Amino acid sequence: MSLLSWIDERYPLLKVWNEHLAQYYAPKNFNFWYFFGSLAMLALVNQILTGVWLAMSYKPDANLAFGSVEYIMRDVNWGWLIRYMHSTGASAFFIVIYLHMFRGLIYGSYRQPRELLWIIGVIIYILMMATAFMGYLLPWGQMSFWGAQVIVNLFTAVPVVGEDLGVWIRGDYVISDATLNRFFALHFLLPFLLAAVVFIHIVALHKVGSNNPDGIEIKKGPKGNKWSDSAPADGIPFHPYYSVKDIVGVVGFLFLFALVLFFAPEMGGFFLEYPNFEPANPMKTPEHIAPVWYFTPFYAILRAVPSIAGSAFPGVVAMGASIALFFFLPWLDRSPVKSIRYKGIIFKAWIAIFVVSFIILGYLGVQPSTPGKTLLAQICTILYFAFFLLMPIYSKMDKTKPVPERVTK
Amino acid sequence: MKKLIVLFLMVVMPALGLAAGGNVHLEEADIDPTDQASLQRGAKFFVNYCLGCHSAKYQRYNRMAQDIGLTEEQVKANLMFTTDKIGDTMEIAMSPDAANRYFGTTPPDLSLIARSRGVDWLYTYLRSFYIDESRPFGVNNIVFKDVGMPHVMLDLQGWQKAVFRENEHGGEPVFERFELVKPGAMTPEQFDGALLDLVNFLDYVGEPYKLERQRLGVKVLLFLAFFFVIAYLLKKEYWKDVH
Repeated sequence: MSLLSWIDERYPLLKVWNEHLAQYYAPKNFNFWYFFGSLAMLALVNQILTGVWLAMSYKPDANLAFGSVEYIMRDVNWGWLIRYMHSTGASAFFIVIYLHMFRGLIYGSYRQPRELLWIIGVIIYILMMATAFMGYLLPWGQMSFWGAQVIVNLFTAVPVVGEDLGVWIRGDYVISDATLNRFFALHFLLPFLLAAVVFIHIVALHKVGSNNPDGIEIKKGPKGNKWSDSAPADGIPFHPYYSVKDIVGVVGFLFLFALVLFFAPEMGGFFLEYPNFEPANPMKTPEHIAPVWYFTPFYAILRAVPSIAGSAFPGVVAMGASIALFFFLPWLDRSPVKSIRYKGIIFKAWIAIFVVSFIILGYLGVQPSTPGKTLLAQICTILYFAFFLLMPIYSKMDKTKPVPERVTK
Repeated sequence: MKKLIVLFLMVVMPALGLAAGGNVHLEEADIDPTDQASLQRGAKFFVNYCLGCHSAKYQRYNRMAQDIGLTEEQVKANLMFTTDKIGDTMEIAMSPDAANRYFGTTPPDLSLIARSRGVDWLYTYLRSFYIDESRPFGVNNIVFKDVGMPHVMLDLQGWQKAVFRENEHGGEPVFERFELVKPGAMTPEQFDGALLDLVNFLDYVGEPYKLERQRLGVKVLLFLAFFFVIAYLLKKEYWKDVH
């Protein structure tokens, strides 16, 4: 009796392998944009592994945290490499996720029957933001401290309970040792929740099957291919075809990743902000406080919305809404087709407007605000919201092209 | 190849003015981290002129010896004044409280100053002290207005005066140039050279493994480029079934 059959009698190993890899039929027409799902998983694994090893030498204590990071960078064997893998990895994770979400946006991967898959994805994104925000406090540099100060202060803008909410989050009246300790605890916990939700994301994906650049349901097409008589004709087994293809994507990604990690780990102050090489000093506010780049589009939205009666709460609501809108995307899009390939000029134009606004907002979020920049941020904020809120109208008006019966190429 | 990669990243990266420096024009510090003689001169300058008030508390002496091409004996004999343990870091004897009394502020630790401020800022700052009788130590600084630090390199640089012109938009006068009033022990060229050595050393202290990181990076990139070809060919072979 082989080991495999011994295990198989006690655990459905072959069944899982077949259902999710060897006999999971994915559309054969995936393009460049379909690399980012597997890359996101790689980025998550990289963050968790390097994070665990960093935690072995890191000290979550306001007096020791900054020094312990330098200890990792200088005295721990390969500590600098592990730390840079983690800091570069955080930005890389967001880049990959933004591209992954953009893929969903252009090919309509959020549409029926993948609404739940999309919603689980948005939950992953929010968990990622929470994890990244808490992680950024840990080096206890000037930007760590003041960035956290600014973000936690957002919660205090909530009417009535705001002040108490701020104290509840910080565990103190200011960002302090107590805050650092709890952020470290949560920063260690959340990635594992994240991994669990990623698992659920994949379970949901394998239930409905992958979308593809044509937005055609291969399950509804003809059956029978080289590997199986009952499988969709336009599907190919995930393993080995997409597993070997994803390796190519992984190596290409790692090349760019290594380029930054080894030759520009600060990435011009975007991945590691320069003021963060100065220890946190509650008595000295930096000239200009900017969140890390992956939060800046939302930060720009926050600043673009004018205060009402001295309260920044409307801005906070707008920022929350700008993220929450992603949840409703499956029901906002009323187009008869899924993929941008068969959508008309109106939808394409709105996608372009959305992307440009998002990038401009991201740029404005790192800049000190001036009247001109605030006006630009307000225009982009309006366009950002219009993309979502007007979608039920323009997606219906749009002149679509006929969708072919089978996937192309 | 390394230089090319760095150049490429610098061009591609949107170089936004995130570094501190206000609106003062910063001189470019043209330093060479592979120049060990420069690093050794910089180390000597650092321990003689800076280490009295500023620590570099994350930098170990033995690590420095190894990285800038000195023996531990040489470092012990010439560069260590506050400790005799070669494995120690560059601490100072002055307490923060005492420093606060002398200067009105605690001189910052310099381990990471080159990373937080940037080498251009450091270089420009160090050569921008000028006579200002209204300040406690008789000097002010163009880059860092009303800085608490005295001009410790006065004997080397000499006294210089700042020439301002009127601001056409009103407000503070605009800095134009320096005028050397009383020459120091060094010519301006020698002084700038010494500062470049110092800044080079501070840049090294900011990230002691920088050269190692870049050397390893080249190997990693070469491996990945090679592996990419293998991975691509493997994919092509498998996908013959699909097409």
